[in-house]
Amino acid sequence: MNLADDLYQELILDHARMPRNKGELNPHSHHARGLNPLCGDEVEVFLDIRDDLVRDVRFKGHGCAISTASASMMTQQIRGMPVHEVKTLLARVNAMVTGRSPADESLGKLVVLAGVSRFPTRVKCASLAWHALAAALSESGETVVAE
Amino acid sequence: MSHLHLASPPLPEKFDPGIIRARFPALAQHVNGYPLVYLDNAATTQKPERVIRAMDTHLRRDVANVHRGVHALSERATAAYEASREAMRDFLHARSSRELVFVRGATEAINLVAATFGRQRVGRGDEILLSAMEHHANIVPWQLLAQQSGAVIRVIPMDDRGQLRLEELDDLLNRRTRLVALAHVSNALGTVNPLETIIEAAHSRGVPVLVDGAQAVAHEVLDVQRLDCDFYVFSGHKMYGPSGVGVLYGKLELLEEMPPYQGGGDMILSVSFQRSTYQEPPYRFEAGTPNIAGVVGLGAAVDFLSGLDRAAVATHEAQLLDYATRSLESIPGLRIIGTAPRKGPVLSFVLDDVHPHDLATLLDRQGVAVRSGHHCAQPTMECFGIPATTRASFGLYNTTSDVDRLVAALGNALEVFR
Repeated sequence: MNLADDLYQELILDHARMPRNKGELNPHSHHARGLNPLCGDEVEVFLDIRDDLVRDVRFKGHGCAISTASASMMTQQIRGMPVHEVKTLLARVNAMVTGRSPADESLGKLVVLAGVSRFPTRVKCASLAWHALAAALSESGETVVAE
Repeated sequence: MSHLHLASPPLPEKFDPGIIRARFPALAQHVNGYPLVYLDNAATTQKPERVIRAMDTHLRRDVANVHRGVHALSERATAAYEASREAMRDFLHARSSRELVFVRGATEAINLVAATFGRQRVGRGDEILLSAMEHHANIVPWQLLAQQSGAVIRVIPMDDRGQLRLEELDDLLNRRTRLVALAHVSNALGTVNPLETIIEAAHSRGVPVLVDGAQAVAHEVLDVQRLDCDFYVFSGHKMYGPSGVGVLYGKLELLEEMPPYQGGGDMILSVSFQRSTYQEPPYRFEAGTPNIAGVVGLGAAVDFLSGLDRAAVATHEAQLLDYATRSLESIPGLRIIGTAPRKGPVLSFVLDDVHPHDLATLLDRQGVAVRSGHHCAQPTMECFGIPATTRASFGLYNTTSDVDRLVAALGNALEVFR
């Protein structure tokens, strides 16, 4: 039986076991907390943005393999990226995990998250860190609830 | 008029979960290519043919509003609605069917008591005593009341097995305590609370007790008079009945003194623009057209349960819990959350390195339905220092082979993560 086929691919399990860039980032310029009230999962995102560039990024919190891997891969992907590109990426990832648009190659390794779109109850797990990232960038508030 | 025959074929003398299982059409399906193993009964139970047919017949033949029309259909609908109330009275062993209010579910019943009894009797500096293992439905309505009234919430703590520390009860119950509200059976841990002791302690100080029976009603044989609780609340959908209907039991002398909950039709004696006068209980608390089909279905669920040897059902469920506990304990890295000596058929657990959500998804892909998360009991999770558990909860139709399927599926899921 292959349980791990599309949702729990090796890359996701790898990031879930050994999350990259985990911890607090101090000092930081931007910060927000993402909360999934359905399951209690929590992801905090810390950003150091200077001259419109993400110099450093870290996350902390607790969650399932999907949400941890998504946060971990997010930090790798956006480090060193200009803020306007991060915003474009955000929209693409959201479209992919909700199944509104297919995975495209510009997303790089993040395409492994595409499988989640077939599991409606798990979409929020994949998008939690990205919601927190969006909230941190918008500076609208400190806590965002995953929709 | 010809009567349709609603009764199921007579059940055998001896309780047989295999035969009972065949009465639940939803259990016969395949999920993700596997025969369904339904172990989320603490969230909601599946429905037997008898309930489905009673609602179907009502909707096909007897639809009319209740307590109003003089025509034949209204008489039939009213008779069925009130017959369910009487069946429920018998089921709970209440003195009078006037003590039973039909509501949307346990949540609404608690909100009703908080908004009426609570607002009338709870003031600034007064105390409401809850337990550490309450469902959010038995916390938040009291917090809302406390915010409005200036009252204070106190909590009976629990130990690391998930048992209430009754030795603290004496200090917690004091002259400011206006109400004790606690679960009969914990939805997240399975603990069966020693209601008799708590109710006696509360009553000796003149404090009424509300019992959240949502997790007990399908399993425990109830006698509200012997229990002597002041309120007992539960939902129909956790006792093999439909969702959207539940019961508030209240002692008549308390219900009679309570003001209305919602205003509207069917709860009044007379209305003018100057003032209205209200019906006696239970109708005072049933404003608007109720969930008639739901109440009819709930009555059928009561008939279904009452037709069984409840002691044999309880023995079967206890044996199942025992078997499941022993089976799961043998899995390395698995820790059972809630190990009180008296438990309902609920098994919460955590696994090293595997988050409950991932586990539940991997079990579902093998046709095994369990619940994962905080079970609307975040303070309970906090007591154990965990954000979430995976929960398998059993109903009367589950068998040891369901447990075996769970254990095998757990093994497969663990292989993915280890």
